[in-house]
Amino acid sequence: MSVPFALLGLLEREPSHGYDLKRDYDSYFGRSKPLPFGQVYATLGRLSRDGKVSPGEIEPGDGPDRKRFAITEAGKQEFETWLREPVEPEPHLQTVLFEKVLLALMLGRSAEQYLDTQRAAHLRRMRELTELKRQDSLIDALLADHGLFHLEADLRWMDMTAARLPSLASMVAT
Amino acid sequence: MRDMAAPGDVHSADYLIEARDVVYDFGETPALRGANLSIREGEILAVMGPSGSGKSTLLHCLAAILVPKHGGIYLSGQRVDTLDENERSALRRDTFGFVFQFGQLVPELTAEENVALPLLLAGLRRDDALRRAREWFERLGIDGLERRRSGELSGGQAQRVALARGLVAHPKVLFADEPTGSLDSLTGELVMELVVTAARQDGTTVVLVTHEPRVAAYAGREVIVRDGLVNSLVHDALAP
Repeated sequence: MSVPFALLGLLEREPSHGYDLKRDYDSYFGRSKPLPFGQVYATLGRLSRDGKVSPGEIEPGDGPDRKRFAITEAGKQEFETWLREPVEPEPHLQTVLFEKVLLALMLGRSAEQYLDTQRAAHLRRMRELTELKRQDSLIDALLADHGLFHLEADLRWMDMTAARLPSLASMVAT
Repeated sequence: MRDMAAPGDVHSADYLIEARDVVYDFGETPALRGANLSIREGEILAVMGPSGSGKSTLLHCLAAILVPKHGGIYLSGQRVDTLDENERSALRRDTFGFVFQFGQLVPELTAEENVALPLLLAGLRRDDALRRAREWFERLGIDGLERRRSGELSGGQAQRVALARGLVAHPKVLFADEPTGSLDSLTGELVMELVVTAARQDGTTVVLVTHEPRVAAYAGREVIVRDGLVNSLVHDALAP
């Protein structure tokens, strides 16, 4: 899971405190592995150092969580580039794919278009592996098969997700 | 084939076969809603899409089996959907080959008679047709099965016989609708391997309808049919 990009995406939606970011992250992406507070602030610190987010004025009150972070233009650009790029097709990508689909829907981008781009990248890799299988080496064929079956599982997940985009969009909107 | 194209109906001869703005419906149910697709000669194209998306209807329109309600089908730049039924039938027999999901062999005929069928229909003498048909049994690894009837063949054997029948007349285009759909993974791969090898050797254009990514990966390019429209998957704005 790419925590910095997830936080940038959540911040593009609206400026937030660290606590709210952690709550949203955990409810969408961290169901089985909540994000420790320490990691939230460390990531925000790095993003802030790199000019991707800006900490707002310190708000009056008690407790450490008195800064509202906002995404900068540089942060938006980096997030947009990440969202548009298909993930390198290799097995077990579901979590990153899911993150991209959900953030695209949340921010009103075309999740379907992203899924198509990812499908094309997966199929391109599957073509390469299929061509490898046709080279007459049983060992290569068996290794290629392993990749092909996993990529196929990703593609099936993409098909199911595409079919469920309308429900997912209304869930994210509420 | 008689040229039925009106002036202005001639489309790019860069493509062997094209669907232009094709609309087709089954009564109240729309199947294609303005589908566009251009296929180059020698290309192996996978047409993917969910069930009911219109991918088989698109194949049937391209293959002059169905006549679009609107739009046109072009072969080497010449319009073919406006041909009459006899002309379209001749086109299918002389220019196209077909493989379907369940082979659809004629049960009363032997395997070699099934393979020879397109040649017999084209008017070849029986001896010549059978001789040419037999050449395909060795090429597709099913030699020894020539005299069997379809009920005596396994699914994979029957599908290879169906493939031989689809290719025996050296069609310009082979239309394959879920050709591995009834086969186990390994046999399905063998059939696809044979399709690709034969098509590449003979320069045959292949239009392959499949919902299986591993089958589509044998093609050089894929499109997806969604809600009766053809998408190329790679969007311009996102293309690498």
